[in-house]
Amino acid sequence: MIEQHLLLKRVDFIFVQDTDWEKILQKSIQRPKQELINELISSELKGRGGAGFPTGLKWKLTSEVESDEKYVICNADEGEPGTFKDREILTRVPYKVLTAMAVCGFIVGAKNGIIYLRGEYKFLEKPLNEAINEFSYFCKKINLDFTVKIFMGSGAYICGEETALFESLEGKRGEPRNKPPYPSISGYRKKPTVINNVETLAHTYTIFKYGAKKFYDLGVQYSRGSKLFSISGDTPKPGIYELELGMSLSDFVDEFGDGDTKAVQVGGASGFLVPRKKFHETAIGYQGKLVGISLPTGGSMMLFNSSRSMYNLLDNYLEFFREESCGQCTPCRIGCQQLLAGIKAVKKGERPAPYLNKLLKLSETMQFTAKCGLGQSVANSFASIVENFREEMIY
Amino acid sequence: MDSLHRRIVALADLHGRTRESLLPILQGVVEHENYLSQKSMVEISKELDLPAAEVFGTATFYSFLEHRKMGKFTIRVCKTISCSMKGKNQILLAIKEMLKIDIGQTTPDGRFSLVETNCLGWCHKAPAMVINHEVFTELTPEKVREILGEYLKKEL
Repeated sequence: MIEQHLLLKRVDFIFVQDTDWEKILQKSIQRPKQELINELISSELKGRGGAGFPTGLKWKLTSEVESDEKYVICNADEGEPGTFKDREILTRVPYKVLTAMAVCGFIVGAKNGIIYLRGEYKFLEKPLNEAINEFSYFCKKINLDFTVKIFMGSGAYICGEETALFESLEGKRGEPRNKPPYPSISGYRKKPTVINNVETLAHTYTIFKYGAKKFYDLGVQYSRGSKLFSISGDTPKPGIYELELGMSLSDFVDEFGDGDTKAVQVGGASGFLVPRKKFHETAIGYQGKLVGISLPTGGSMMLFNSSRSMYNLLDNYLEFFREESCGQCTPCRIGCQQLLAGIKAVKKGERPAPYLNKLLKLSETMQFTAKCGLGQSVANSFASIVENFREEMIY
Repeated sequence: MDSLHRRIVALADLHGRTRESLLPILQGVVEHENYLSQKSMVEISKELDLPAAEVFGTATFYSFLEHRKMGKFTIRVCKTISCSMKGKNQILLAIKEMLKIDIGQTTPDGRFSLVETNCLGWCHKAPAMVINHEVFTELTPEKVREILGEYLKKEL
């Protein structure tokens, strides 16, 4: 199975500076819409925020809905612990994202685009507005009716969830909605909406520029193309790297580890902790026919060496979730509190070790009953830490 | 009409008086007043013709919209995992010692407030903090003392 994994391969698409955006925008809006959609579908690009929904299909669905008003939204509420790539994209190549939003607007029939920028990135508002002004000037010049504006968030992790983001845009508490209806039918202002992560939009720019094949040729099986990885923790070279999807975690650790890597958190606090003994059987990408485990990620890769306590790690994650849970649904609101109180009690000896099994059950219940991805994914890190490092939870 | 009221009217003129204008208006008030007082939330609810409870409910949802009195400069130290691993506690200690305040407190002169916050998105340059909207990364206690020294020189 290892043979099927790729060796680590650095690629450079996203951050390559180019001056072609005007040409690409102009050329794209002269192509038939169906052709653009087919190009995206055949690239097999999937959402890079972490959830992995096929981007071409998303745009296609929204384009097929009849409505007098539609929206294109760029999700820049990058809040997952260990993720910082979107900030860098918006800093270094904002015109790629804006071009992609306009092409998307052209395809689906939307005239308005919004960038939902997290409050923590307020310093980006001014330079981004300057880029938007230049961009809007060009849109006018070529008679493209498309405007983009920035909406500032105010510090809430949950607003990265797409329907919570719509609520926030509408001036309300960022509480996720029930799905369905999905955003392609009923999103912002209950209108058909395409909502994509910053990086996803930047990749569509690459695809429109070079064609689907160049993107599709990278990666393996169901995980095509490249991906930005935000690498932090115990590593001699933290930072942002664009890598081909499908590498094995052992290759990754060989490259980025400090020689003493005990575990890697793939996908941030809502992702999975992989212990050293499973590095060789874990690949980074969407679950496919690869033998072994495939872990998707929004790009957060945090490395921990043997000096780190896995109890402290879990305690930190649970405190994060307890504070960031919107409180709307009971499994998540109470569940996060109880998991945190539970591991503290076991650590202090106030509860016997088998109590951890009850907590695992609780996290499983949250996975099935919580309303949105936040509550559902707490079990990912909880179970992967407790099951792999049980002694550290007790002693 | 007092200055707070004038400010809220001006913000409503700028952003509009629909429900969608609520967040930008709340953000605008925090920008000038450092926090949202009960009085300001009531004024906003009147200006937008919304129930005060709706304004309060929305405002208290977001961690950057403080509703306790804050100083002119709010220091937010990231406490999420990467920063926590890379010495967040030493940073907090340096700030506490220099300003003689604890987490959640404001200096008596109303210059600084200190709070902890969740992931700021600078994990590769941990530990990190923001003061109002200005970001500081790869902090050490010495660096923190220097930064705060600069802020002490600023006009109140």
